[in-house]
Amino acid sequence: MREINTLLIKDAITELFLKANFSIGEKMIQRLEIAKQQETSETAKYVLEQIIENDRIAEREQIPMCQDTGLAIVFLEIGQEVFLTGQSINEAINEGVAEAYEKGFLRKSVVIDPLFNRINTKNNTPAIIYYDYINGDKIKINVLPKGAGSENMSQIKMLTPADGIEGMKRFVVECVRQAGPNPCPPIIVGVGVGGSFEKAALLSKKALMREIDETSHYPQYAELEKELLQEINNLNIGPAGLKGKTTCLSVNIEAYPTHIAALPVAVNIGCHAYRHAAIEI
Amino acid sequence: MEIKHVKLPLDYEKIIALKAGDRVLLTGYLYTARDAAHKRLKESLEKNETLPFDLSGQTLYYVGPAPAKPGYVVGPAGPTTSYRMDPYTPALLDHGLKGMIGKGIRNQTVIDAIIRNQCVYFAAVGGAAALISKTIKSKELIDYEDLGTEAIFKLYVEEFPVVVVIDAFGNNLYQ
Repeated sequence: MREINTLLIKDAITELFLKANFSIGEKMIQRLEIAKQQETSETAKYVLEQIIENDRIAEREQIPMCQDTGLAIVFLEIGQEVFLTGQSINEAINEGVAEAYEKGFLRKSVVIDPLFNRINTKNNTPAIIYYDYINGDKIKINVLPKGAGSENMSQIKMLTPADGIEGMKRFVVECVRQAGPNPCPPIIVGVGVGGSFEKAALLSKKALMREIDETSHYPQYAELEKELLQEINNLNIGPAGLKGKTTCLSVNIEAYPTHIAALPVAVNIGCHAYRHAAIEI
Repeated sequence: MEIKHVKLPLDYEKIIALKAGDRVLLTGYLYTARDAAHKRLKESLEKNETLPFDLSGQTLYYVGPAPAKPGYVVGPAGPTTSYRMDPYTPALLDHGLKGMIGKGIRNQTVIDAIIRNQCVYFAAVGGAAALISKTIKSKELIDYEDLGTEAIFKLYVEEFPVVVVIDAFGNNLYQ
């Protein structure tokens, strides 16, 4: 048994949200540089240049790369040998989020109620929190500040087993085609396939926590990711939707066993401000 | 490709010289408005109330900036997705609004109103918020302060980088 005070979690959450919003990371910048070299359209190059320069300014000046600093999404994997002390973990996480959004001059974008009271909560809470248990005595924290521009272009569909791989591919590509310029391409496409209705959606979100150069550990899915990336980039939506070869930088698929009658597919779109950060305590 | 320099506010001559696909650097005053402000502007028009500013020849920037760090004029301020403004836009264009800056697709009703009133729709690069904020030189609150980041601000911009997406003749770069 290892005791961990939730104050540690609170401070980690604050640091992670600041880091995620300010620093896109060198790997992502290199990926954008490669995309810029591959583009033949002047406008596409011009857009990618602006994005790269933007990301460098954000890192250098420690300001958010995008004004939409997102809903605060938090994934916790808690070792079952951990004993939590201190204030309630939900409170600790929300306080950590509020502190990051205040201290880092991040935009607070949460409203109290979606229909009846669209008034800002003024501290970007509540966070959206998912808990999972793992073996061991450590806690893994992943955070994603998720902007609405790309989130609004996401879709889920309950396909049938007969739709199969081709049906799944058609749905994913169609979703990106319909999104067009709206979700700030070049995008990252998170796909959740299998499980139940909500499990597929959750998997598609988790798919957006991968590193930019990371592919599926399952060869068949890694191949499918490659094929989908090619098909999506053939759409000629391009950077900022102004045409070009780079519509998507990566397709990340997460799968789970499902029902004999089911084939749920969820597509969660991430913008080029591919923000996530993780720590193990 | 040649980059055009355009001074705000817009007028007929400036607008008809712009073609879908043109890269433009905008200099001058513009006003911010996004979802909640658009709803109020349209409601005011329907009630024949005076608007917080005269729309004639003006350009709206769809943005909700992040807070400014000490010593900064404004926080990061990139465009938000335009289609959410579509239900309110034709009424504003019919009342003199000439330019819009956002990102993403507009519906046919908006495109018709752009052609009817000879206006222009620009796209800024979504997510280039830190970069764009460097072109914003002043920020003044105009109205709807209770809306926070969604309030209407008057911004002075210098060489704000945009691309013409829909021109006054209805040419659409996204298509």
